[in-house]
Amino acid sequence: MTAFWIIFTGALLAASSGILGSFLLLRKMAMIGDAISHAVLPGIALAYLVAGFDTNYFLLIGAALFGMITTLIIQWLDKRIKMQTDASIGVTFTFLFALGIILISAFASQIDLDQECVLYGEIAYVPLDLIYTASGESIGPRQVWILGVNLIIILIAIVAGWRGWILSSFDEEYARSLGIKTTIWHYSLMMLVSLTTVVSFESVGAILVVAFLVIPPATAYLLSDKLKVMVVLSVVFGVLSSIMGYYLAWVLDSSIAGSMAVSAGMLFLLALFFRPKEGIVVKWIKFSK
Amino acid sequence: MSSKDLIDFLLLRDYNVLMVVLGTVILGGSAALVGSFSFLRKQSLIGDAIAHSILPGIVLAFLISGSKNPLFLMIGALISGWLSISLINAIVNRSKLKTDAAIAIALSFFFGVGIVLLTYAQHNSEGNMTGLDQYLFGKAASMNSLDVQLFALMAIVLFFFIIIFKRAFILISFDREFAISKGLNVRFYEWLLSSLTILAIALGIQAVGMILMAALIITPAASARQWTNKMGLFMGLTVLFGMIAGYFGSFLSYTAPQMPTGPWIVMVLSFITLISVIFAPEKGIVSRQRKKRKNQQKILIENVLKSFYHIGETKKEIDVKRSPLELNVKLQTEIKRVIKGLSILERKKQVVRVGESWALTTEGITESRRIVRLHRLWELYLTKKMLIDPSFVHHDAEAIEHVITPEIEFQLTKELDNPEIDPHHSRIPKIRT
Amino acid sequence: MKNALEVNDLTVTYNQKPVLWNVGYAIPEGKMTGIIGPNGSGKTTMLKSIMGLVEPDGGSIRLFGQKLNKVRHRVSYVPQRESVDWDFPISVMEVVGMGRYTKRNLLGKQTKEDQDYALEALEKVKLLEFKDRQISQLSGGQQQRVFIARALAQHADFYILDEPFAGVDAASEAAIFELLTQMKEEGKNVLVVHHDLQSAAKFFEYLIMLNTRLVAAGPTEEVFTESNLESTYGGQLNILNSIGEQLKKKSFPIRE
Ligand SMILES: Nc1ncnc2c1ncn2[C@@H]1O[C@H](COP(=O)(O)OP(=O)(O)OP(=O)(O)O)[C@@H](O)[C@H]1O
Ligand SMILES: [Mg+2]
Repeated sequence: MTAFWIIFTGALLAASSGILGSFLLLRKMAMIGDAISHAVLPGIALAYLVAGFDTNYFLLIGAALFGMITTLIIQWLDKRIKMQTDASIGVTFTFLFALGIILISAFASQIDLDQECVLYGEIAYVPLDLIYTASGESIGPRQVWILGVNLIIILIAIVAGWRGWILSSFDEEYARSLGIKTTIWHYSLMMLVSLTTVVSFESVGAILVVAFLVIPPATAYLLSDKLKVMVVLSVVFGVLSSIMGYYLAWVLDSSIAGSMAVSAGMLFLLALFFRPKEGIVVKWIKFSK
Repeated sequence: MSSKDLIDFLLLRDYNVLMVVLGTVILGGSAALVGSFSFLRKQSLIGDAIAHSILPGIVLAFLISGSKNPLFLMIGALISGWLSISLINAIVNRSKLKTDAAIAIALSFFFGVGIVLLTYAQHNSEGNMTGLDQYLFGKAASMNSLDVQLFALMAIVLFFFIIIFKRAFILISFDREFAISKGLNVRFYEWLLSSLTILAIALGIQAVGMILMAALIITPAASARQWTNKMGLFMGLTVLFGMIAGYFGSFLSYTAPQMPTGPWIVMVLSFITLISVIFAPEKGIVSRQRKKRKNQQKILIENVLKSFYHIGETKKEIDVKRSPLELNVKLQTEIKRVIKGLSILERKKQVVRVGESWALTTEGITESRRIVRLHRLWELYLTKKMLIDPSFVHHDAEAIEHVITPEIEFQLTKELDNPEIDPHHSRIPKIRT
Repeated sequence: MKNALEVNDLTVTYNQKPVLWNVGYAIPEGKMTGIIGPNGSGKTTMLKSIMGLVEPDGGSIRLFGQKLNKVRHRVSYVPQRESVDWDFPISVMEVVGMGRYTKRNLLGKQTKEDQDYALEALEKVKLLEFKDRQISQLSGGQQQRVFIARALAQHADFYILDEPFAGVDAASEAAIFELLTQMKEEGKNVLVVHHDLQSAAKFFEYLIMLNTRLVAAGPTEEVFTESNLESTYGGQLNILNSIGEQLKKKSFPIRE
């Protein structure tokens, strides 16, 4: 059962991130995703500080607000101060991440988070933290419920707003010429990314969130030329990575979250080298014939 | 902590403190220096990817050699840093993925490998693992003199190469195409610059850790760029900011010992950015605001002067005293602003106060004629040369009259053939010399 | 005769640098109009201002005598081709289907009617057989036609196209021109940014000549003159340049 819950947690996260990551990738915002996943740390630290992580779900949303703050600061540096974009991103997320670490160290006694957990989480403990009904029956791990609800929110948002997402990602200018407020779509996506980062932090840490947000969508992007296919493939590759990762970690006796990231990377490399028609190896073989 | 302790720290009286401060200052300066090039090449986030990608190299070097000899670890770091850069290049050149995605992929994949290796080593290796995770979070507080000597040596190597190849590096950063056309061996210099970057990052992560390394590379350069457009000064400031951050960062974490040094260094860097963004001359917010206020003031007082002229124009009574209320009939603003404009003009000796009213001085008359002249010249130019309907030109002239320099005025007069009458049939005042 | 488009005193700056300066003209209804001018003369900016994509510093624009927001559904815009991400995983049919999107139906689903309109538009541009292709797997001329089809699917009254003939071979150019003419004959208004002077005189009955300022606007036979071309392509006015520099240097607002 332990294995199942861990893989299931990874899969839920992979599905959420795969969907959101596809849109981040297509909007050329992969590094913004990276930045957000680091920059929510102070929000998480504050949430722990105020109430302890699990007691108040509104706090999660509060923590996710730090993702919005990140995008706002980046935009401000970029557009108003006219700092170049790459630097704006780097300056912002390192500042917020450092702030988060300082908060965690300063209130070490009240915040039950350590630096390792921030980086690569404690997915192995997920099955231990169960939710019980009033009658004392276990209904599964808390993380699974949280990530499940998160996934449902994302699914609803993406399915209902499909036209808006595809339009604002593909042709922002045309969307605005139709009178559509593209900033609303932009910030909604940022909010969903922040929320996903915050709820998965505890189990997999900042880095795996980035890995899941970027790598499976990139793999899917290489293999598909339809958005729907790409989103579905992202989810498939993400879920596959969590299964492979779990067993890789079991064989090597190493970090589960790290192994999941590695598996996602392996799948990506396979696609990069061997994808039909354009793969590096495939091209090379054709060339030498 | 007593104030004596603080002073001891600031003067570096304690040997351990001296080592920590020296170490972080050297690392901060070196990383900032190579960062200035990453910044100019708009590749600062590659530094972030490299910082994460070094982890597997270090752990593998440790697993293979069984020792924590910094030299071995550094070689491992260089190799995996290089692999990461190659992966990024392969992705960008061989697929439809763009640079930012490639960076994020390399970063999270290599870091994942690093974490797997690190945890594998922790669980399976005989060797003593403690100390390897300092690469994750930095270990500034425990630097000893051996470390510092090593850092100093590497920093000297870095500075040496950069000073020798400075011009080539600047050239490939600014205009790669041009460098190629000049017959420069661009590939070699890029390789060298990347190697130096990896080296500096491998050093730097020992001070601030992997995640925050990006700050050491990016933030000093981004702050310095606010202050200057000159290359030499930019690089100098960048290094200075890196060193200041090292110094005060270690100081801050010294005052709160349970705190890690890295985040404090980053906080100091962020603070430097904030100061730069607000106070830098030209680009800073304060300076921009001041410019804006100055412009608004110029507009206000010139409009007040014009108002004197307009009211008195038909009866040739430009020098007659006027009350703010009268002046505002033309200006259509708040009385308060009219009075403010008048008092500024009074200071410039262009108006004098007569009871509750004001009158133009000789200087003020000249000035008011000049502005009306510019306004009407511009209106005429718009109608004559830009074929704009006279009913639309006033708006534009209201703004442009304030920026016409004497040289432009001269040109206008010439192109319009020394005109007398504006498109609305008013006379264009002549400047008496 | 009513005007399809009226531009009054339009001034647009980017970072203080004036790109359009006091531009004013009107286009009567039912015309096929060309905008010509050298690179960087503000043609794209002109179209973006009409579509409300840039914030003007001054002036006003009226479409069919009304503000853009009132008549948005009647106006359709085809952006410059460079701005499209051709690697985006999207098919021809999906792009054309976007022509049916509005502010209100974004949360809805595609209706049968939308589908029919999209197919009809594809038929018109002769791309029906390519409808399931990903957009990068088309030739330059076909790609351009996809975006024209998207505009057609919108069933607007005013079509605004930014350089639809750029990078297109002679056959495609003729086909696209044919389409535009057909639209015009159905009583639609067409406004096209165009680069080639020779064909401009041939294609358009009405011309806007732009070089930061408006050089001329009117029926082609009246405005397509040697001297107007000279002022359009003979470089910027010196004085405008000097003033532009002053504005930028002093961060002066171009409107009070
Ligand atoms: N977003 C922007 N920020 C700053 N400057 C801009 C921006 N967009 C355009 N410009 C500048 O404004 C001027 C006019 O640009 P615009 O795109 O309107 O020209 P154009 O006439 O369409 O040129 P082309 O024939 O090359 O398409 C150019 O000098 C351009 O550099
Ligand atoms: Mg253009």
